[in-house]
Amino acid sequence: MSTAMPETIPYDEALNLFEPVFGLEVHVEMGTNSKMFCGCPTAFGGEPNTQVCPVCLGLPGSMPVVNRTAVESTIRIGLALNCTIAEWCRFARKNYFYPDMPKDYQISQYDEPLCSNGYLDVTVATAEGPKVVRVEIERVHMEEDTGKLTHTGGATGRIHGADYSLVDYNRAGIPLIEIVTKPVAGAGHLVADVAKAYVAELRDLMRALGVSDVRMEEGSLRCDVNLSLNKPGSPMGTRSETKNVNSLRSVERAVRSEVERQSALLTAGGRVVQETRHFHEDIGRSTSGRSKEQAEDYRYFPEPDLVPIAPSAVWIDELRSTLPELPSAKRSRLEAEWGITPFELATVVNAGALDLVEETIEAGVESAAARKWWTGELLRSANDQGIELADLPVTPAHIARVEALVADGSLNDKLARQVFEGVIAGEGDVDEVIASRGLAVVSDDTALLAAIDEALVAQPDVAEKIRSGKVQAAGAIVGAVMKSTRGQADAAKVRALLLERLGVTDA
Amino acid sequence: MPITGSDLTRQTAAVLAEAIRTGEASAVEVTQAHLDRISSVDDRVHAFLYVDAEAAIDSARSVDAKRSAGEVLGPLAGVPLALKDVLTMRGVPTTCGSRMLENWRPPYDSSVVERLRAADIVILGKTNMDEFAMGSSTEHSAYGPSHNPWDLDRIPGGSGGGSAAALAAFEAPLAIGTDTGGSIRQPAAVTGTVGVKPTYGGVPRYGLVALASSLDQAGPCARTVMDTALLHSIIAGYDPRDSTSINAPVPNVVAAAAKADVRGMRIGIVAELNGEGYQAGVAQRFRESLAILEHLGAEIVEVGCPSFEYALGAYYLILPSEASSNLARFDGMRYGLRVGDDGSHSVEQVMSLTREAGFGAEVKRRIMLGTYALSSGYYDAYYGSAQKVRTLIMRDFASAFESVDVLVSPTAPTTAFKIGEKVDDPLAMYLNDIATIPVNLAGNAAMSLPVGLAPEDGLPVGFQIMAPPMADDRLYLVGAALESALYDQWGHLLIEEAPAL
Ligand SMILES: [Zn+2]
Repeated sequence: MSTAMPETIPYDEALNLFEPVFGLEVHVEMGTNSKMFCGCPTAFGGEPNTQVCPVCLGLPGSMPVVNRTAVESTIRIGLALNCTIAEWCRFARKNYFYPDMPKDYQISQYDEPLCSNGYLDVTVATAEGPKVVRVEIERVHMEEDTGKLTHTGGATGRIHGADYSLVDYNRAGIPLIEIVTKPVAGAGHLVADVAKAYVAELRDLMRALGVSDVRMEEGSLRCDVNLSLNKPGSPMGTRSETKNVNSLRSVERAVRSEVERQSALLTAGGRVVQETRHFHEDIGRSTSGRSKEQAEDYRYFPEPDLVPIAPSAVWIDELRSTLPELPSAKRSRLEAEWGITPFELATVVNAGALDLVEETIEAGVESAAARKWWTGELLRSANDQGIELADLPVTPAHIARVEALVADGSLNDKLARQVFEGVIAGEGDVDEVIASRGLAVVSDDTALLAAIDEALVAQPDVAEKIRSGKVQAAGAIVGAVMKSTRGQADAAKVRALLLERLGVTDA
Repeated sequence: MPITGSDLTRQTAAVLAEAIRTGEASAVEVTQAHLDRISSVDDRVHAFLYVDAEAAIDSARSVDAKRSAGEVLGPLAGVPLALKDVLTMRGVPTTCGSRMLENWRPPYDSSVVERLRAADIVILGKTNMDEFAMGSSTEHSAYGPSHNPWDLDRIPGGSGGGSAAALAAFEAPLAIGTDTGGSIRQPAAVTGTVGVKPTYGGVPRYGLVALASSLDQAGPCARTVMDTALLHSIIAGYDPRDSTSINAPVPNVVAAAAKADVRGMRIGIVAELNGEGYQAGVAQRFRESLAILEHLGAEIVEVGCPSFEYALGAYYLILPSEASSNLARFDGMRYGLRVGDDGSHSVEQVMSLTREAGFGAEVKRRIMLGTYALSSGYYDAYYGSAQKVRTLIMRDFASAFESVDVLVSPTAPTTAFKIGEKVDDPLAMYLNDIATIPVNLAGNAAMSLPVGLAPEDGLPVGFQIMAPPMADDRLYLVGAALESALYDQWGHLLIEEAPAL
């Protein structure tokens, strides 16, 4: 490739030239109390190597025992994803040497996954309105997580070049679900949105099923993004696999940057190398890892220390009966109940605010107000801090309280925003913030009338205009009063008092 | 079956247990007698890799204390035992005969050890074995071979040669072995002792350092069929920590050993294991044993098991495949040997140097065989085909057991060979297990018991009995009847003829 060639082609331009095909492998840590094959606890954040035993340390002679809850969770996920549940399947060993692997093999599933051939419908917003895209699921299986390596010294933070490395096996053996899509073609310019919406939908599904709380910042959902480009009408291109894509935003950015990179390569007459790439959150792009041409042979074979899993039809039916209302069904219901359009609901969903809005409405707040707060002011605040809405200290109960105070005139919109500012800043609950910041609306007529008189004296010409019937001039006086009360007055009330004072009525 | 003489080391476990229960002898006396015997002969036999005299005496003392306190003692309480060094025992070195684990002290007890402790059996120490149980002679132990008490220049079999030699040298009346392709039965055969490979899943594997998970099975070893049965009943039974262990009642092996009756039983000779290529004396003692069984009232028939011909080939694909994966964890990262950690080597280099230095030639050979057999592109041809053979062997057994109660064969093709004779010829070594391997592939139960000495070399010959899965009791019915008839014929157990050391 000539050095004069651009390294990237802008996303939309690239997708005018090429058709993208993507696939996602998503790993989710299950929220079981104990590990996949032993009784060790799974709680996050313990002192290193305190949540271990002979089994998850892979000590000689130790043997795995399958966590029944993990199998149940996997089947429930499979059912929710419209998969076929295998009548009989086995675990397999994936063999490779790495210091974070206690046994130097990972117990996983290979050619006999527990769930296969499902789909998940996701909705993306387009200029023409919401569009539903069906993402087909290849397989869902369970496996064990590895330990966590920390490399100290060296420039790259990688194992090579490090002075030494520390291993924490607390994470080793945590149950993981791996969900693999079939190749998704035809998304065109929406490819990044579809990929992101799929992961968001999966996340919501996991949460709805209660199988994982999906804390992305703790690394409990990790994605590998496969992407290829081809000329319209041509067969699928060579794909790259981008690993370490660990947030919704990164999924979108990983797809975008890969579209931009591959299109530039292909346009310049180069070829895409089938390789593993590593995504870097900080710079929003990936760098080349090892190429698949020297890929490892994992020498999979059926795990001889475990017996096959053969879920009975009765058991599967029992698990099916435990499925909650799934996010897509819930959305249809809420659109009807709240009387909003799919687009308006998509705004709520994309903000990650669905449950919060629902809870807020349950707490007695009008649908419009609940949506306004969570997808407006509060979302901005969460984005500014780089956290999820649910991690803000504001609760549905806070919003209900604020709305009640607005309704009875104790607060106005501007003050309400200041209340939330205070709650987010950790100044306490709604009433505490109001008290400490002195944010109550001035509703004392005497005080307001004094302020009105003051303003009328200051602006005699305006006062004269109003008296002569030019009611629209009242705004200048109301504004002055609002200013002098530092916003803590109800503007409508000020206007009413003013007109009464001057003996005029609204035209 | 009484053994004359007052030497406590020459008694059966059943007799010793009874003596301890009645107060005729204390557990401490019994244990001390065996520790003394070890001190006087083990420099020549080298059955043990580790003896903890203090711990043994301590546990013997606690048995005596229980008896003094009026507690009811178990059927083998206070009886000493030699434990194959492939089973973990908390705080006690567990080397698997390898440099790789030279100083490894496991932090946990295997299921078998837990059950031995619960039964108040006194564990004397850990016995020698081929490295990671790969071998038929103990010559592949990193700590040097054990010697056959019948002829110290000969091998005691393997991989559990240490356990068998300890029994034959009267260093212990009980031992635990593990059998992946014959590692209990072939050592029993060449040392004139009894060994049983229980049904796969009959004895939990938790804490058994895996060679080939789908083949490995721990089992009891002793000098009599009844002692073997008593030990079998203690270590057998379901353990939820081993997913492959069978959740069903243990066959009543002790009652079967006591009954010792083959009248009306149909005993099948496996046509494919009917003495062809066997040493003359081995074939002769086998035929004589069949005549005895017939005389005792059994019907002897010949049964074809055509797929057995492929057993050795399938075994040497499945075993190395599983072993290559099971032994991957020995990488110097977490425990055991670590080589090259001097700041100048990468983690991959440390792993590689450690494995280069820590594993012996036979282990490396099998790891490479297995790695190759599992490689993509070869899997179906090797591992896949071997699994199909395995299914065929199971079918052969199943159809044979439709017409017979047990199958029989010589245990090993020859008597004990000389140390060094086959060590450089892996194929000759592998052929030792030709008769024992089919049982491991199918998951059946099998026993080897001594049936005389080969006239040409005066060394013990083993007789193998094979039973369907979870019909382990049939081994004891037949084995005890044969043992009893031979005892009547000779006036003593064969082991009594072993030379004094
Ligand atoms: Zn654990």
